[in-house]
Amino acid sequence: MTETFLSVRDLKVSYRVGRGSLDAVDGVSFDVPRGSIVGLVGESGCGKTTVARALTRVMADNAFISGGRMLFDGRDLAALSERDMNALRWREIAFIPQSAMNSLDPVYTVEYQLNEVLRLRGGLGRAQARKRCEELFEMVGIEVGRLRDYPHQFSGGMRQRVAIALALALNPKLVIADEPVTALDVIVQRQILDQLRDLQRQLGISVILVTHDISVVAYICDRTVVMYAGHVAEQGTMEATLTQPSHPYSMGLRNAFPDLQGAASGVLTPIEGAPPSLADPPPGCRFAPRCPFSIEVCASVTPPQVEVEPGHFAACHRAGEAPALRERARHVSTWMAEA
Amino acid sequence: MRPPATDTGEPLFSIREARLHYRVGGALSALRGRSSVVKAVDGVSFAIARGESIGLLGESGCGKTSMGRLLLKLEKPTGGEILFDGEDVSRLKGKALRRYRARTQLIFQNPFDAVNPRFTIRAILAEPLENAGVPRAGHEARIVDALELVRLPQPAQYLDRYPHQLSGGQLQRVVMARALILQPEFVVADEPVSMLDVSVRAGVLNVFRDVRDRLGLTAIYISHDLALVRYVCERTIVMYLGKVMEDGPTEDIVHEPLHPYSKALVAAVPVPNPHQSHDPLPIGRGAPDPRNPPSGCVFRDRCPHAFDRCASEVPALRDAGTRQVACHLF
Repeated sequence: MTETFLSVRDLKVSYRVGRGSLDAVDGVSFDVPRGSIVGLVGESGCGKTTVARALTRVMADNAFISGGRMLFDGRDLAALSERDMNALRWREIAFIPQSAMNSLDPVYTVEYQLNEVLRLRGGLGRAQARKRCEELFEMVGIEVGRLRDYPHQFSGGMRQRVAIALALALNPKLVIADEPVTALDVIVQRQILDQLRDLQRQLGISVILVTHDISVVAYICDRTVVMYAGHVAEQGTMEATLTQPSHPYSMGLRNAFPDLQGAASGVLTPIEGAPPSLADPPPGCRFAPRCPFSIEVCASVTPPQVEVEPGHFAACHRAGEAPALRERARHVSTWMAEA
Repeated sequence: MRPPATDTGEPLFSIREARLHYRVGGALSALRGRSSVVKAVDGVSFAIARGESIGLLGESGCGKTSMGRLLLKLEKPTGGEILFDGEDVSRLKGKALRRYRARTQLIFQNPFDAVNPRFTIRAILAEPLENAGVPRAGHEARIVDALELVRLPQPAQYLDRYPHQLSGGQLQRVVMARALILQPEFVVADEPVSMLDVSVRAGVLNVFRDVRDRLGLTAIYISHDLALVRYVCERTIVMYLGKVMEDGPTEDIVHEPLHPYSKALVAAVPVPNPHQSHDPLPIGRGAPDPRNPPSGCVFRDRCPHAFDRCASEVPALRDAGTRQVACHLF
């Protein structure tokens, strides 16, 4: 089960902007063990979606992979020809987009869109494709009779199920889901996550789940990769990163949103400031300007990935003091702006 | 803590059997006899005491936003009445209506959609002052005060900036400042942090709580997330398909939800905890078509406890200890 099946090393993705370029993803490394769900978590602009897009090599026009490797089952996705890459898409690597409404074509029935994938990409015949459509709808729990419906006839949650069915159409090995439940209500959110996990177990696929919501990671993921401003801040098993956060950013996030299981009287503590501009990132640790624990070295030297426990890494100069910092991070006063 | 309500008499709002029904399908469908009615708000009654904060909780389509719009007189009720300070809101006209507009305000969900991108922050905040006829000379000071109120440090630096030059959290504070600049008594906040990143949400929620308490505001907080509602409201009203399912102290609903729908909502709230229940939610899949809700109790086709009576009789909102519940089990 722990066999590594996707291994991202020093991935760098840049965007051409005006005459220069900015590195939205700057030296990101992580592994996806076979048959696991890895949560890629961070705030808007941290580079999580850019990583997900780079893995499919379907990127914005001005984006390009400027360094690193993405080893998928022995092949480097960053070095594959467009033709070879295209052969992998959907058959081995599939994508579930955030907004299923925008990814489904409103003028075709859902069956037509599934058929397109099954017949053109999968090379299935008409009868086989019909059978597979029915299988897929059963798998995601939609009545087969609704195959002939148009996207607007489905509710938001149903549409997201259709998007899952589309992604699974050709039995991929890796599914990349970009904020698959973000636009949905809590009840539908939960039902879609249950579905995704059941299917992942049943089919033995690996999933990269991109999200800004730690609760989603806590509910469904096996491993966590926390990103901040184009870097990986912390990674490890979901349990370790949640119960023993070892990067000050992850520690701060723990106090930043309400927990229904917690006491009612708690005061939420924001992390003051905002992530840095990637066009002109600060030298050293990118979280240092917002970090209550920063010391001199943080402002000049990029912190290395420190292994705080076996398999649990934090990119922090003070990772060795993580237990003590964690204790201090619990207090509201630690996070109050000094100014 | 909250200051006590300024006067113990009349509630600020009394909502009696409020209805907002939309006819859907165009004139053509009507001719073919196929038009139908969506009951966005269907016989909702509650009172809002002065200084009280109430969370309107439910999924999309439950009528929570429509209810907020009715209170602000952005929609005209198709039935029932809404009394503000004893006056029927739907009768307000002319001067009285202008005064009402200044006394009640809305904080929008997406700050980037809520402001004109071509306006500077100064212009955004001056607009309500102009509409209310505040003399120009006083604008600058009121704008700076409002920005200080929402804790934007050194407000003067923001005045000549444009919305795109601010972060989401900063802009949401500007939107809040705009809602507060005329010193309203009542605000509706419609999912005000759902578009913001987690690390800045807390800041905006804290400002909201703090300002409300300092100004003694009466507030409605609309959300589908009970954890957020719990952070700002002592009372919660759970809505489903245009009707009130449960109404009571937020803590009671969090710890012991009574209505089967509230139970599902509580169980579904995401928690950042690795050890949590993965049991299936106690609710059937898929909300019904709002044009064609079930007979009797609108929740019955998703309810694990439904029995015969639920199909034949609409449950009334009845007292159950500290709260009110619309369910035949109580």
